[in-house]
Amino acid sequence: MANTYVAIATQTLGSAAASVTFSSIPATYTDLVLVSVAGTTTGAPNTFLQLNGDTATNYSIRAIIGNGSTASSGAVNNSSQFYIDYNAMPDQTLGTTVNVCNIMNYANSTTYKTILVRANAASRGTDGIVGLWRSTSAVTSLLIKPASSTFLASSTFSLYGIASA
Amino acid sequence: MAPILGIMASQVTGHLWAPTGAYDSIATTTVGAGGASSVDFTSIPSTYTHLQVRYLARGSFSGNEIQIRMRLNSDTGNNYARHLLEGDGSTAAAYATASGSLMALGSIPAATGTASAFGAGVVDILDYANTSKYKTSRTLSGQDRNGAGTIDLASSLWMNTNAVTTVSVFPDSGNFSQYSIVALYGIKGA
Repeated sequence: MANTYVAIATQTLGSAAASVTFSSIPATYTDLVLVSVAGTTTGAPNTFLQLNGDTATNYSIRAIIGNGSTASSGAVNNSSQFYIDYNAMPDQTLGTTVNVCNIMNYANSTTYKTILVRANAASRGTDGIVGLWRSTSAVTSLLIKPASSTFLASSTFSLYGIASA
Repeated sequence: MAPILGIMASQVTGHLWAPTGAYDSIATTTVGAGGASSVDFTSIPSTYTHLQVRYLARGSFSGNEIQIRMRLNSDTGNNYARHLLEGDGSTAAAYATASGSLMALGSIPAATGTASAFGAGVVDILDYANTSKYKTSRTLSGQDRNGAGTIDLASSLWMNTNAVTTVSVFPDSGNFSQYSIVALYGIKGA
């Protein structure tokens, strides 16, 4: 019997790192789920995600944001990366932010790719994000990086695959 | 292996297996070239604790976007309530209906929306087989069209204590377009 929800890979940083990459992702699943529990060495920068090494302005996102007092919405169009948090960014305290990013039907070569994200930061609030990558290519690699600074040592990034019947 | 579910949507392709494990794929439907007015998962077994629907979809409706809906056990009565928190990239808004005939999931791109863009959603239907409780769903969904679109956090209530045996997902008008995919998963308790 096939496993449906499969851990593909986990990276736990042994030292601070500018980015994390998952490459050679198999096309055998329907959706991917990236779970990040990360911190940054300075500041509270946004977290970026790029697919297949694409650095062109093929990404866009819409976000809904709750910061503890108000709800708001924001967007980034024609971007060179996904924002996988908008207000709920990681900071220097590991474990206070959790990010779950769904990359839907990532292996098909017909549709643009859509992501759905829940980002949560204890000190800043919670985000819901939808994003579009305007490419029909199957996703084979992910690069996650902070907009500035570096990820803290002991940050964890886990990639799961969800299979379908 | 004998199929345990039926798929009622017309002009769709799907294949089935009898699953085991804590998070199982129950059935998946990919919409074919003719489109489909809905995707229906029937004869859902009661062997799980929760259900999860995951979709990537687009509609044929003659507009930029169309709402995507869900019904349980084919109940078309005014037995549903719903809340949505929605962002369009500039404004956050909240909506509610106390007595409606369907559950709200969010929206998907439609015929005049950005070509090749599909909306997505992850829908949890909690304690679906319980016969003592009303049934609640929660959804994270959205569609981005590089300059337009929406992100939604939705919750819906079905005011019925029957076990859920059928889940129907459909656009509010028109059909699902080709390459739309809707998948049903079962999550077991310990």
